[in-house]
Amino acid sequence: MSLFTILLSALLVNNFVLVRFLGICPFMGVSKQVDSAIGMGLATTFVMVVAAAATWLIQWFILEPFGLPFLQNMSFILVIASMVQLVEMFLHKTSPSLYRAMGIFLPLITTNCAILGLAIMGVQNSYTFIETVVFGLGGGLGFTLALILLAGIREELQFADIPKPLRGAGIAFILAGLLSLAFGGFAGLV
Amino acid sequence: MNTTIISLVSMGSMAALFALGLAVASKKFAVETDPRVEEIESVLPGVNCGACGFAGCNNFAEGVASGKAPVNGCPVGGLSVAKMVASIMGVEADGPKRRVAQVLCKGGHAEAKQRGGYDGPKDCRIAHATQGGDKACSYGCLGYGSCVASCEFNAMYMDENGLPVVIEENCTACGKCVDACPRDIIVLVDEEQGVHIRCRSLLTGRFVRQVCSVGCIACQRCVKVCPTGAIYMEDNLARIDYDKCINCRECVAVCPMNTIDWQEGKALLEKVAVG
Repeated sequence: MSLFTILLSALLVNNFVLVRFLGICPFMGVSKQVDSAIGMGLATTFVMVVAAAATWLIQWFILEPFGLPFLQNMSFILVIASMVQLVEMFLHKTSPSLYRAMGIFLPLITTNCAILGLAIMGVQNSYTFIETVVFGLGGGLGFTLALILLAGIREELQFADIPKPLRGAGIAFILAGLLSLAFGGFAGLV
Repeated sequence: MNTTIISLVSMGSMAALFALGLAVASKKFAVETDPRVEEIESVLPGVNCGACGFAGCNNFAEGVASGKAPVNGCPVGGLSVAKMVASIMGVEADGPKRRVAQVLCKGGHAEAKQRGGYDGPKDCRIAHATQGGDKACSYGCLGYGSCVASCEFNAMYMDENGLPVVIEENCTACGKCVDACPRDIIVLVDEEQGVHIRCRSLLTGRFVRQVCSVGCIACQRCVKVCPTGAIYMEDNLARIDYDKCINCRECVAVCPMNTIDWQEGKALLEKVAVG
């Protein structure tokens, strides 16, 4: 598989949110405004790339040689949480404006299952290091894309006459379902 | 047995390595913050409503610690929170004067005339921006309840007459309804004030009478009768200066249109004339 195929696959065909249904919590929670959706998306993309690289190293230099694949989940969660913490401290010191923009979202990313999913899938597909990083980039951009799409529609929805029982999360889930169906159209592209 | 030991050692050393890394990083990337910020934030209500003028409780706490915000600046927390914040900052505090929202329009379905229909979305801002709703008065309440929808404290409801009513006990003066109203009908006023001129129409008397039975016709009787000079005319509308009004109700008695309202249960005020 070429790098481009991997990128396209993670971005559109196997979009983490809309096709694999991972990371639904931030997808619903942070998709009310396009601005914050972009912030969350970029922060997640960043963490995904870093986490993909870190977990690849853990998998092939610690877990496999010592015959400990059953510790995969635990060690991956450990490394992702530490990475996020480190990135947060680093940003706070070096770029206060970026920290302010991403501030609330960074800690939330620790518990985003899309990142753990990405790490595990990268291992299952036995990607090389470069491929894993590209996979992480594609997954993050796909997450950002899904978030911005939903946020854009939800911003418009503020002025729509929605039936009372569907207001709020109800209509958002219907929208997400429709978006997911639309993304089904990418199947077969790769 | 062997696997157990390997797992324990590898996971343990990984965890120790990360912990060490984070510990070093936290020292290296330490950012000096005022410890009082955290303390202040812990005593604030934490609703992040923005009523203080800052973008959330954390920003307000930073503002207080750096001297940009007053210790009693949180209208939701009131006196009790102001005292706690003041003790953290080491100063004395008076509670903020409690303010509540007042709706300055009495023209509900019964009083205000209709002019044609309106089928658009039931939202005041949209109605105002498109064809101005279905009421003939272009200054009055549109009656679609955008203010009520914006209230996060259950302090407003729409009555049968199609006007918003403020439940003063629940109102925190956060100002969301003030922003939501496209016609600037809602204002925040000190809670003790009981006399309100409930009209925003700048039309002259003749035209007010054509569209509404409770609008201000600019007859100036209230201006003449006010003992403290608190009422003045501006653009065909009587306006009240709350700094001077003492709740004497003279104006309420003479208003021919019944525009000026007295809220039962509020006391006569003593005010020192300024200027």
